[in-house]
Amino acid sequence: MLDRGSTLGALGLSCLLVSLLGVAIEPARAQNAAPVKLGIVSFLTGPAAAPFGIPGRNGAEIMIEAMNAGKVPAPFNKAGFGGGKIEAKYIDETGSAANVVTEFRNLVQRDQVDAVVGYVSSGSCLAVTPVAEELKALTVLYDCGTPRIFEEKPRNYVFRVSPHATMDNVGAARYLLAKKPDITSYSGINQNYAWGQDSWRDFTGAMQVLAPKITVDKVLFPKLFAGEYGAEISTLLTSKSQVLHTSFYDGDLEAFLYQEQARALDKRMTIIATTGEAAIWRLRDKMPNGTIIGGRGPNGPLAPDSELNRWFQKIYSDRYNVPPTYPAYQMAMSLLGLKLAYEKAQKGEAKPTTDEVAAAFKGIEFEGPSGKVKLAIGNGHQGISETAYGTYRFNKEKNEPEIVDIVRFPAECVNPPAGINADDWIKEGMKGAKC
Amino acid sequence: MLTAFAILVDGLVYAAYLFIVAIGLTLIFGVMKILNVAHGSFYTFGAYGAATAVGIYFDRGLPAAGGFLLMALFAMVLGLALGLILERGVMRLVYGRDEVVMVLVTYAAFLILEDIVILIWGPGSYATYQPLLAAGNTEVGELILSNYDLGLIVVAALLAMISFWALKFTRYGRLLTAVIFDRETAAAFGINVRLVYTVTFVIGAMLGALGGAIMAPKIAVTLGIGVEVIVLAFAVVAIGGMGSIEGALVGALIVGICRAAAVHLVPQIELFVIYGVMALVLLIRPYGLFVRAQPRKI
Repeated sequence: MLDRGSTLGALGLSCLLVSLLGVAIEPARAQNAAPVKLGIVSFLTGPAAAPFGIPGRNGAEIMIEAMNAGKVPAPFNKAGFGGGKIEAKYIDETGSAANVVTEFRNLVQRDQVDAVVGYVSSGSCLAVTPVAEELKALTVLYDCGTPRIFEEKPRNYVFRVSPHATMDNVGAARYLLAKKPDITSYSGINQNYAWGQDSWRDFTGAMQVLAPKITVDKVLFPKLFAGEYGAEISTLLTSKSQVLHTSFYDGDLEAFLYQEQARALDKRMTIIATTGEAAIWRLRDKMPNGTIIGGRGPNGPLAPDSELNRWFQKIYSDRYNVPPTYPAYQMAMSLLGLKLAYEKAQKGEAKPTTDEVAAAFKGIEFEGPSGKVKLAIGNGHQGISETAYGTYRFNKEKNEPEIVDIVRFPAECVNPPAGINADDWIKEGMKGAKC
Repeated sequence: MLTAFAILVDGLVYAAYLFIVAIGLTLIFGVMKILNVAHGSFYTFGAYGAATAVGIYFDRGLPAAGGFLLMALFAMVLGLALGLILERGVMRLVYGRDEVVMVLVTYAAFLILEDIVILIWGPGSYATYQPLLAAGNTEVGELILSNYDLGLIVVAALLAMISFWALKFTRYGRLLTAVIFDRETAAAFGINVRLVYTVTFVIGAMLGALGGAIMAPKIAVTLGIGVEVIVLAFAVVAIGGMGSIEGALVGALIVGICRAAAVHLVPQIELFVIYGVMALVLLIRPYGLFVRAQPRKI
């Protein structure tokens, strides 16, 4: 029979054990491990800031806060990066390629960051990549879409979790043919630089493979940030196409949609906006109903339902009063991939070296708010994921945008396999595509 | 036939937009011999001013016509203020200096004003589509024309007529013409050249701002719009001749029609055609279509 003294002693011991257990269970706060310095680069000013750069920056800010507090759902719930607090420095991507490279060198050489996560413009990514390799600086490209980064030569220190733009346009072609198999002709209006040219090339290449009888009518490449599209809209109004492909984004997309709605072009042809998801919360009822919308992958309303996605949408919306769009998702996925690689490379509380993190990052596979991603091509440095397209509708009862008729395409259906570049893969008939 | 009509209308719309922006630039150059890079900032401020006015006005469900007027007035007041501040505060300190110095000063002003835009309106973009959509459209066969664009042509035509009348038939216009032709002789005849400079610069600023206000409903008002338009305005002014109003009009028409034709018929050369035309004109008439070679004074 227990006496009072032994009962109290047992109770005290139990309390001690429970409190020790609680401390062990609770994610360790970032106190003892060395801090991890990140450079976050995106457009903070200029035309690309509002739709891309600022959502990306906000995505970084909210994710880093959550990571440091250990509040990201499992398996990302370890505080910081491997217990080390993340310290972020935010840099504006605006400026010439020379400016962008200078700022990159400053981050790496002067500020001694452990990694750089950034870049919206394909031009910036192409400029920074060789410098990152030269400086052996771990760099994660978060938004730029050019496939060329890992096709030109193998990389050791540069990674991209977000799939590249080929997926966007192959997915667009597949969705279009799934929903409108009877079209006979399409036209295109894309910005006259790498992004626009590559987008149109990949879209027409995919259409040629999947539906060779459908013809191309008008092919328009106005200047980047031209702003005035009267002549282009007149040209399209005199066209017989049923569909218009555009990779316009930001101010160009908005200006074009306002001007075409004033002239009812969207009543004559269905518009495919491959980056349209980033604009739906700004345009709202000014995005024409029936527009085929892409989100550079399964992001925003196109994201698969999961605990992580719901959590991310909530924390972002609560902070910034607007749902996250695809640049925010891409930034979140990039940071999660980097965190996983860091923690995989880490031994104890010691900071892993750049080479160790790079080795751990290669070929990594994980699930984030955008669903599953695997760094399966580009020698394990370039991510692929499924993609999704849908049709836009403004819900007047709820007074908010919706994307309906969503179709998902598996990663291997819309991305080239390892060992072949995107352009060749499309030209050769997209062999090996698993749909 | 429809294509030809579309090229004509599109060309006139584009020409109208360019003329409204370029007329202020050519006026300032003609009188003050300053290539004013900050003209792009006047355009930008005009556009942002119109965005602010549209935001205030159209959300209250008031008649659309008032909104158009408010937009233009708001922008011109901004242009007036900006022109005065820049001319009195900066330009008058560098009159008489080398032309390169003048260009650099206006470029510096442009950069500063771009940052001031961020301070006032932030880095985001503004949508001011309400006047564009409120104006409706007109169908001509298969072509649907925006009434706002047609109005733009009317505004540019009115501006051209008013400018012509003001220069030819008003006292101030004759003073301005005298200063354009020969500043020193005009001063010798007792014309207050400095006052003419101030008034001209302010009028140029107001016209630049008006251009921005008029274009705001068609574009996303964001940073960088001034840069794009100033390059085109320079091309128009170079074709027509620096300082010539009729040159700006003809230059705008040539650029507008050529660009529209390229977009419709040979879209591959659309970017090149404006500068190709400019190069061709300057080969034949190095000072532009409406300006003769000037003897150099030593």
